[in-house]
Amino acid sequence: MNLASLPVELLAGSSLHKIQAQTLPPYSEEAIRFLAEVSSRLLKSPEIREYPDIAGFGYWCRRANLSKLALAFDKKYTRLGRGLAFHIAPANVPVNFAFSFAFGLLAGNANIVRVSSAKHPQATVILRAMQELLELSDHARIRRMTSFVRFPRDDEITKALSGISDARIIWGGDATVNRIRTMKTKARCVDVCFADRYSVSLLGADAICDADAESFSRLIVGFYNDVFLLDQNACSSPHLVLWMGNEENIHSAKARFWDGLSEYLDTKLEEPAIHSVDKFTHLCRTAIWLQPINQNRSQSGRIYRVELEQLPVGIENFRGQHGFFFETTDNDLQMLTAILNARYQTLTYYGLDPQIVTRLVVENGLQGLDRVVPVGMALDISTVWDGYDLIGTLSRLIQKI
Amino acid sequence: MITAPDFTDWLELRPFQFGSDQKEIMMKDALLALTQWHQSFCSEYKKIIDLFDVDLNNIRRVEDIPFIPVRLFKEFDLRSISSDEIFKTMTSSGTSGQEVSKIHLDRYTASLQTKILSKIMADLLGSKRLPMLVIDSPNVVKNRRSFSARGAGILGFSMFGQDVTYALDEVMAIDWKAITDFLARHTGEPIFVFGFTFMIWQYFVLPLVRENKTLSLENAILLHGGGWKKLSEQAVGNETFKSTLRNQTGLKKVVNYYGMVEQTGSIAIECDQGNLHVPIYSDVVVREPGSFAVAKNGEEGIIETLSILPRSYPGHALLTEDLGVILGKDDCPCGRLGKYFRVNGRLAKAEIRGCSDTHESS
Repeated sequence: MNLASLPVELLAGSSLHKIQAQTLPPYSEEAIRFLAEVSSRLLKSPEIREYPDIAGFGYWCRRANLSKLALAFDKKYTRLGRGLAFHIAPANVPVNFAFSFAFGLLAGNANIVRVSSAKHPQATVILRAMQELLELSDHARIRRMTSFVRFPRDDEITKALSGISDARIIWGGDATVNRIRTMKTKARCVDVCFADRYSVSLLGADAICDADAESFSRLIVGFYNDVFLLDQNACSSPHLVLWMGNEENIHSAKARFWDGLSEYLDTKLEEPAIHSVDKFTHLCRTAIWLQPINQNRSQSGRIYRVELEQLPVGIENFRGQHGFFFETTDNDLQMLTAILNARYQTLTYYGLDPQIVTRLVVENGLQGLDRVVPVGMALDISTVWDGYDLIGTLSRLIQKI
Repeated sequence: MITAPDFTDWLELRPFQFGSDQKEIMMKDALLALTQWHQSFCSEYKKIIDLFDVDLNNIRRVEDIPFIPVRLFKEFDLRSISSDEIFKTMTSSGTSGQEVSKIHLDRYTASLQTKILSKIMADLLGSKRLPMLVIDSPNVVKNRRSFSARGAGILGFSMFGQDVTYALDEVMAIDWKAITDFLARHTGEPIFVFGFTFMIWQYFVLPLVRENKTLSLENAILLHGGGWKKLSEQAVGNETFKSTLRNQTGLKKVVNYYGMVEQTGSIAIECDQGNLHVPIYSDVVVREPGSFAVAKNGEEGIIETLSILPRSYPGHALLTEDLGVILGKDDCPCGRLGKYFRVNGRLAKAEIRGCSDTHESS
């Protein structure tokens, strides 16, 4: 198979056939220096005003943060990257390709990254910064290990690249994962697959009633970011809101929380009209499928809430978009325990001890929930994600006794 | 036991007989009766109305009638009749790969649809059947058992014509011989031309322009519908459509209609002022996106269409995915009473964000 002849567009780094899978140890100085310089370029670029997600990536890969991650990383074994990592980045989260690449590089791998054909402006900005740095002799080693390419949906190219990979990082949900997994790889190739996931939020009514103006506003902004930055389509955006507290406090907390969120949404751009029809249609679907006891819509129609008495098994299949929530009260977390399956990824919490959730998962041996994080951190991707220690998984360890 | 609402006696009325106030009272009662009817006989509809928590005793105006999104008919088999009462099932055309609406009709609803449409057409064409030229291919109606919206539309409107002749051949090319023979048979007579907006433009008007050919349709009236979505992508609006047609064929009377398979029969008709008029059997409400509050006249919003015809399925109050504006009521210079409005196009599909869908189709 001839890599040089594959019809791909090279966006940054080396051509496919020039890639060298000469690996590095995790958190190598070469990798950290390169990413830290990407960070300073991005944080200085004028575009970060317009694209907070570029700023988010730039902020994440600054030296201070990478050093902190390096320090916290397992020192028990000698490790090295696995070889060549092939990343299939998602089409609809513009900066995920950059995170995926950074994880592969920090683990010590050479990386081929398929960037989405959607041509997000964020990708252009980040790739420009990377290419400028890769051209410097200072980063020649990284350049030989790096190739960002774009190609239209083409199983032949994906097959060819799968065949030479030591690790594949597959984003895009169940359908994509299943299709790409049918493609032949090296026998020892490791796949990191990001399947379709579902996420919930657990809110303590007492804390919301008692929150002072400042922490309440942080809660609202955090919840907004978790849900609305990606139209509630991200795997880690909550779709189900569980309340804890006595009836009276839950009543007041709901009013304060949802009104606060609605007011905050009023300060944002209006949603496209089709979103309101989507939510309204979904409300009708849920009326037919489930047995909701109540529905609430905010004045502006940005927030749809469907109140359920019982959580049906499989509720994760009824997810809405653009601000559509199921909610119920679950003081002893019995309902949550009953529905948690491998689909469940993130639980965001406010005003309660996250230990109660992790304990519940561990003690019951549940397959669900990989992340228990405060409200506002649902989308904060890092080297541990979706239940994987990505640096650990994408590196191999050298045992010496 | 609830008695079935029966609006057969509305056939005694003229399509634009009433002003808004009188119409409002009649429509409100008729639509309320239909709401109660569907609530009793369509379990899915009942679940929706129950969740909405609407107090049917508190409905004062047409706009208070609960509505459902038209898209539901693509996902659910919504009907208020038993399966052995189904007389025929209509489906929407649906662009490639999309699900289609399924509309189940019993004899009453099917028959009322036809009769109401006849009233509206008689108002437009007169009571005599005119020689009819269909700007489409006869292939569309070959399989009479499957009623695509396009085929059903052509068959439905063909009842108002005679010597029905198809202007396009099997491969959608202009059938010159058929047209010339047809015009020779009907020299000097008024002619009824019918077709779908996009098909007329793409397979009739554009070829005429390209080949620099003209036709003599000065005595004809063209009725067309089906939506402007594809034409607006080509930046072709109603004015361009009309003037190009006029240049190539001499057609002076070009009438757009607004209707959908989910409410067959009660179409809105364009007047010589370019405004769409709803006859007394149907109504239009424009709603603000998001809140779905009734928009002010002149303000753009999402079109809701209401019709007294759907009794076999709960389609009497539907939120469409079209944008439009109510322009006024009872005072259009054309003289028709009731509301008049304009359709501005479809709701734009928004870009989807999220982490699925790696391999976007290119």
